[in-house]
Amino acid sequence: MLKDRLPVNIAARTAPNLFDIAAIVCMLGLAVAVGTIARHTFGPLTAPNATTIHLDPSYLPGYAMRTTLRMFAALVFSLLFTFTYPVWAAKSRRAGVILVPVLDILQSIPILGFLTFTVTFFMNLFPGRVLGAELAAIFVIFTSQAWNMAFSMYQSLKTVPTDLEEVTRSFGLSSWQKFWRLEVPFAMPGLVWNTMMSMSGGWFMVVASETVSVGSTNVVLPGIGSYVGVAVAHRDIVAVLYAILTMLVVILLYDQLLFRPLVAWSARFRFETTQGAVAKDPWMLSLLRRTHLLNQTSRTFGDFLTRIGGLQIGRRPDAPRRPVLPPRIMDGVWIGILVAVVGLALWQVVLYAAGSLSLREVGHVALLGCYTMIRVVVMITLASMVWVPVGVWLGLRPAWARRAQPVAQFLAAFPANLFFPIFVVVIVHYSLNVNVWLTPLMILGTQWYILFNVIAGAAAFPADLLEVADNFRLGGWRWWVRVILPGIFPYYVTGGLTASGGAWNASILSEVASWGSTTLTAQGLGSYIAQATAAGATARVALGITMMAAFVIAFNRILWRPLYSFAQRRLTFA
Amino acid sequence: MDTLQDAPARPADGRAEELVRIRNCRQAYHKDSSVDLVVLDNVELTLHSGEIVGLLGRSGSGKSTLLRIVSGLLAPTSGEVSWRGKPLRGPAPGVAMVFQSFALFPWLTVQANVELGLEAKGVGRAERERLAEEAIELIGLGGYENAYPKELSGGMRQRVGLARGLVVHPDLLLMDEPFSALDVLTAENLRTDLIELWAEKRLPVKSLLIVTHNIEEAVLMCDRILVFSSNPGRVAHELKVPFAHPRNRHDFAFRQFVDRIYGLMTKRVQEPTQPDLAPDSAAQLAKKFQALPMLPTNLMAGLMETILAEPYRGRADLPLLATSLQLELDELLPLGETMQLLRFAELEEGDIRLTEAGTAFVLADLDQRKLILRDTLRVNIPLVADIRAVLDDRWNHRARAERFRDELEDHMSPDYARETLQTIIGWGRYAELFDYDEEADQFFLDEDDTPA
Repeated sequence: MLKDRLPVNIAARTAPNLFDIAAIVCMLGLAVAVGTIARHTFGPLTAPNATTIHLDPSYLPGYAMRTTLRMFAALVFSLLFTFTYPVWAAKSRRAGVILVPVLDILQSIPILGFLTFTVTFFMNLFPGRVLGAELAAIFVIFTSQAWNMAFSMYQSLKTVPTDLEEVTRSFGLSSWQKFWRLEVPFAMPGLVWNTMMSMSGGWFMVVASETVSVGSTNVVLPGIGSYVGVAVAHRDIVAVLYAILTMLVVILLYDQLLFRPLVAWSARFRFETTQGAVAKDPWMLSLLRRTHLLNQTSRTFGDFLTRIGGLQIGRRPDAPRRPVLPPRIMDGVWIGILVAVVGLALWQVVLYAAGSLSLREVGHVALLGCYTMIRVVVMITLASMVWVPVGVWLGLRPAWARRAQPVAQFLAAFPANLFFPIFVVVIVHYSLNVNVWLTPLMILGTQWYILFNVIAGAAAFPADLLEVADNFRLGGWRWWVRVILPGIFPYYVTGGLTASGGAWNASILSEVASWGSTTLTAQGLGSYIAQATAAGATARVALGITMMAAFVIAFNRILWRPLYSFAQRRLTFA
Repeated sequence: MDTLQDAPARPADGRAEELVRIRNCRQAYHKDSSVDLVVLDNVELTLHSGEIVGLLGRSGSGKSTLLRIVSGLLAPTSGEVSWRGKPLRGPAPGVAMVFQSFALFPWLTVQANVELGLEAKGVGRAERERLAEEAIELIGLGGYENAYPKELSGGMRQRVGLARGLVVHPDLLLMDEPFSALDVLTAENLRTDLIELWAEKRLPVKSLLIVTHNIEEAVLMCDRILVFSSNPGRVAHELKVPFAHPRNRHDFAFRQFVDRIYGLMTKRVQEPTQPDLAPDSAAQLAKKFQALPMLPTNLMAGLMETILAEPYRGRADLPLLATSLQLELDELLPLGETMQLLRFAELEEGDIRLTEAGTAFVLADLDQRKLILRDTLRVNIPLVADIRAVLDDRWNHRARAERFRDELEDHMSPDYARETLQTIIGWGRYAELFDYDEEADQFFLDEDDTPA
């Protein structure tokens, strides 16, 4: 159960290696290239699209629809990515060597950082048309979804049980058949769970990506996010509340109609041979399973998929492999290509950085990174102090846990940035210290990951150990330190890691907040990136996101992964 | 039913065709150091249609590896493997396999699991369903077609595994310890059913190859038994089983046959006595880095107490002892061998006999037992003596366990190395020779044990 829910990158690798660095260099090189080409080839950026957003609440359902569609369009691309990239990385040893670190770095990059490069790129791909802006927004959502879905897929492909793998080989299943009969089903529970988590992050990004200014390019796409943007510009708090209400309904629908049924359904692919406790089907799934017409439709659809999966495509295990060149030479060629690409990228990056960045700037940005890091640490600590006791209390009471768990998951999916204006109103009204009081915004949406993971941990805590504690009258401080905290620790680490990653991401939005013409700015790496993006300063954006990615990676590798492996070794019930 | 009955092309006139021929097969895993870990060495095997052949041996003797070589899942390091006269490359189409762990797909129904092999062959849907239903019916699972594996008991699951293997009408069905994950009654039930189908010639296969460590199972089912020796795996003996099906395991001749195999399997373990060996000779090294099975001291003490007590009085017949303790040979033999290594017992011709040291150990109290074990460990288990010597030498009395593990891994697979080290840690702790810090992966001497 826990395995599916882990942030998949965590178990993978701990020690940074040469390929991580190569991956960073390659991506920076690509970013520079895309930015430069877009700037020089396509000439001056096009004029802003004149889209008018109406504050009348009757427009909201339409906007909500547009937002949701964007979300699902991105999901389609994420799924395409998930069924290609990680598969390639897992099947080809040579490709995996570079693809896996690239993925690892990609998921540490703050998502909004991609905006500068992609907005320019997509807008110029379709100048003067809304399509470019739409694609840019969808791409942002894609980046918030794809990486951890892909990682989940990769991890599953790498841990397929050997005996089942032997079955497919000894019965001569082709690679295509093996993929659909064994590998995809095996990956399914983890994939569904991670897709749900991805979608949660996606709502935050879809709202943020609908109003974006990169330099002189203003993107305004009709949707809930842009509605809130206009409401903020007009200081219309009632409109903000309407938007929040609409979003609540949308997420409730998406949760009830799509993901609850999906998660319950994916339980059938769980790789366990014993019949576990069977949870009640969510109402939507029961409906699908029991209604004759729906059942028939889904069965026909399922049959169709089964047939596709059974096609005899791909290499069969008894077909001889005929490599073009001996493996050693192939390895050599491959390494040569990698070195050349990395070298080229490095050369480009150095050339670009030397022209537009000073060492002082780098130092300054590193300092800003420290500010933001302090914010993240303080916020995670505060959130833990609040939500760990609450989560334990709820988790140990099954009746409460059952109700609280979905609520916490729901809250995690809710785009917290819709609430930002309300905070800003309060800060402006009471003239509070911006550097301090803007800080809680970054944890607003991600604290719930801590809560629902702790609830899950406490609910899974073995009852006999609790009875032992009761029997020996362990109470108060001792009970927390000796009994419950070690028990929920693996779950807490999972939640904490997700929450801290989310907080870094949110800092780009939360360190700059505005209300009408008033703009509040807290000092930090997030606001640095936000301002550089608004100014269209590509080099500074690149520096900012590289710095943030470096902080996130360091944070994960120095803090969370060791904690996690410690929890795995010492604090699991086996 | 018709096709299934037609299918077995076992020649009634006794003219058997050759299915598998393995010559001079060697399987070794390359290690970082110069020594390769040899799992199978110089193995010869020929399989004909119409026979059930058993590969009998202890865990780690390479019999499962040989099974995977026969199936084409694994290519041997060297040697020839031919299938129906042609060299084998990759999984052979006429071979199906049944797994110890059942290896069923939890997301597929019984029917879909059974159809898997047919689907791979590209058999049409209607034909697939017909064949699968036949196989399911044959193996006694009729009515369970739409169940998922997790709804079934272990015995039922293995029946699904069998049906999945049989449905493709293979020439050869390979079975990798097919009954060892089942409880005694279920296993017996399934064995009987299988043999009955075989004897009635209703199984759509030409030959069966069964890997097992259970001597009785081998004698009960097989026409021919290949007894494996370990380290490296070799075919030590080949026996023809002279009984007709159905066999009765309480038959006198049957019991004698089982006893004979027990004898064969314990005979080999005689080793040269200590003084003959020059220090650092190859044999000495081999002894130092011998794989030790998990042998908790409680289990060892319990076993020795049992042997000393009535009715054995210091000497027990291994098959009898195994039955009364409900231990399989595969569990009992390593215990006996390790006790022999510690000079607490001797294995002779299928019997185990306590030595003087062993008797003394049983009669002693806890503190004395610790002393006795400490002495025998330092004398008879060179690795223990080595670790203690290193610890005594160090100023802080700590030493990394990794170094000993690496040395062990030069002589055995990593799994065995880990197990051996764990056994040694258990003994060291019991005898209070040294302790082990798991977090730091270090051996250390407790304050009290530190030499003055």
